Amino acid sequence: MKCLLVKYSSEITLKGLNRKVFEEGLLREVRRRIGQEHRIDKESGRFFIHTYSDEMIEELQKVFGILRVTVAEIVEKDIEAIGRTAAEQIRTINGVRTFKIESKRADKRFPFNSMEISSEAGGYVLKSVEGIRVDVHAPDVTVKVEVRDKVYVYTKEYEGIGGMPYKSAGKGILLLSGGIDSPVAGFMMAKRGLELSCVYYHSHPYTSERAKDKVVDLARKLSEYTGPIRLYIVPFTRIQMDIMEKCREDELTIIMRRFMMKLAELAASREGAKALVTGESLGQVASQTLESIFVTNSELELPVFRPLIGWDKVDIMDVSRRIGTYDISILPYEDCCTVFVPKHPKTRPRLEEIKRSEEKLDMMGLMEEALENAEILVVDKTFEK
Amino acid sequence: MELVYFDNSATTKPHRQVIDEVALCMEKVFANPSSAHRLGIEAEKKASTARAKVGRLIGALPKEIIFTSGGSEANNTAILGTVAKGEHIVTSKIEHPSVIRLLESMEAAGCQVTYLEVDSRGLVRLDQLEAAVKDNTRLVTIMHVNNEVGSIQPIADIVRLVRTNSKKARVHVDAVQSAGKLELDVKQTDVDMLSLSAHKIHGPKGVGALYIKSGLRLKPLIYGGGQESGIRSGTENLPGISGFGVAAGAAVEDKQKKADRIYLVKKHFIERLSEIDAAVINSPLDNMHIDSILNVSFGGIRGEVLLHALEDYNIYVSTGSACSSKQEGHNNYVLPALGLKKCDVEGAVRFSFSYDNTLEEVDYTIEALKKILPFLRRLKR
Repeated sequence: MKCLLVKYSSEITLKGLNRKVFEEGLLREVRRRIGQEHRIDKESGRFFIHTYSDEMIEELQKVFGILRVTVAEIVEKDIEAIGRTAAEQIRTINGVRTFKIESKRADKRFPFNSMEISSEAGGYVLKSVEGIRVDVHAPDVTVKVEVRDKVYVYTKEYEGIGGMPYKSAGKGILLLSGGIDSPVAGFMMAKRGLELSCVYYHSHPYTSERAKDKVVDLARKLSEYTGPIRLYIVPFTRIQMDIMEKCREDELTIIMRRFMMKLAELAASREGAKALVTGESLGQVASQTLESIFVTNSELELPVFRPLIGWDKVDIMDVSRRIGTYDISILPYEDCCTVFVPKHPKTRPRLEEIKRSEEKLDMMGLMEEALENAEILVVDKTFEK
Repeated sequence: MELVYFDNSATTKPHRQVIDEVALCMEKVFANPSSAHRLGIEAEKKASTARAKVGRLIGALPKEIIFTSGGSEANNTAILGTVAKGEHIVTSKIEHPSVIRLLESMEAAGCQVTYLEVDSRGLVRLDQLEAAVKDNTRLVTIMHVNNEVGSIQPIADIVRLVRTNSKKARVHVDAVQSAGKLELDVKQTDVDMLSLSAHKIHGPKGVGALYIKSGLRLKPLIYGGGQESGIRSGTENLPGISGFGVAAGAAVEDKQKKADRIYLVKKHFIERLSEIDAAVINSPLDNMHIDSILNVSFGGIRGEVLLHALEDYNIYVSTGSACSSKQEGHNNYVLPALGLKKCDVEGAVRFSFSYDNTLEEVDYTIEALKKILPFLRRLKR
């Protein structure tokens, strides 16, 4: 008989009294992925799922908190049966010349200790598989044996995504643009267990419907990992126009960013979120210099998570390719129309000056109006525009 | 208003009869027209009827019509099928991308190409044409009506000029925008090849035609089972072809009435545009511009932004030509060729009409523009 053996992050197993909460969070995510109908047992840092399919493995590889997934054979508590199964598993793999067996004995009643299990079962393999040798340093294949309530034997392990169970760390608002960075930032925080809702600032008619669709596609890609995500599409044109008319041209970007952050904070209070998440990377563009970040950050109460702050662009791009957002991000639809980009944006804005400029604007009124008119979508992998 | 569709040069809404004919062909007449059995013959008859109707639209014989996948393929077939390496081609600077891009690639492969300039109205400089035709000129390819500004080229004059200067040169006309709207008889004008597209005349997408004067031999683009006189192999797209036939038949019905309607719509639109500041008309109401295209530059805004703003009013238009305006970095080359300033190129919007557009739709659009433009023009840059 076979089952799926799911190993999860040691960070979870090391939690003290909270451990149960995290485990249950992870179990909930696993069930959401593979369906409620499967029997799942829990034992020391592992889930045992008593049904399995290749699709299930793929799904589980996207669950935050899971380290590895493997298909394990459940065998009798008998050393010969263990050896036989190990030999069978090695035979199914082509071109294996060397192997080793790694054993773990949780059930101390079993008459062999872990060293003995490995050597006994290994001896069986040597006898029954022609031309095979033991290599404990760099074997072609490692057979793992775990003696618990039952005995589990497995060889191939599939890498999971790691991190902490989704929603185990509270909720945050991701400022999602159409670019490369923000989806990566969202992914990283979601991986640390932060539940995400997203806001996107839409400058209709200065940006096209396609730019909006692109952001929806990005949210959908993220939802492949997180499950359904709420996406606020916030109309931003009026705010931009007002800034353009009433403030200095070189202050446009920085004031716009302050609006974006503050609006995200307003959305956060509606969503019960306790943090903001941005894709900022220090010095990447004018609005991401330390001075600019200081100015955009100054009025905020919530912590702002900037997981990419010390990252190089190439590294961010690598992750975005790996999680599948890159190809969407590079689609050429403008996300913030060139009309709204000043020729020489301030790289060293002064907070006092900016605040003085903002006095000309009805900030609260503009923001409330924008949020009032926001379109809220719930995006998941089946979402159709 | 429910929907104001002013983007008929991009594509048209298919006629009910066309949709019915396409469905009928898919449901009932699904046999391969090349099959020897009765069902095949039935399908073949459908294709013949369509061929005759499409031919009649331009005064061609059925056997002179080759069905293609559309206007772009017709243009490519005409040009690639005629010109050999090292030969000379004459064209204009404002042709459709399916001509311009192809010729650019042929230039790289060793052909010579002369791009004729146009005047401020968008008309080809005939003096330049006369000077351009040389001994090794194999092909002159000029569009009948430009898709962006609607300028109408004097095809008969062009053919005459080519004939007096060369025996060898063939004349190809891209008539995708003019078919069904302007009179163009291939026999009277004596053109050698002419391209058509079904979906611009309320037919289905994915089908077009190339007229090839009888006696003229072309090298095929697609080899295979020898369909379409061997010039365009591949099992016939019968639903498309038959739908094209129906659309071509419908295009000649009430022709004058339809033309009158389109004329009135453009006239009314231009009159009412006088109520709007800084609206420059790039395609005036005269006999050098087709009535179905109205190209306007709105000062101080970008056409693309106005396009999206009009969407809120359920009004659908284009900037440049819809084929390519999706692409980032697409540089409009037609309007600059007319000598338009950069800001007028950026602010250009194309309204394109069909006979089912109404004066009320024009009034509604003018009112929408009056609401939108002051808002967009708040930004002085």
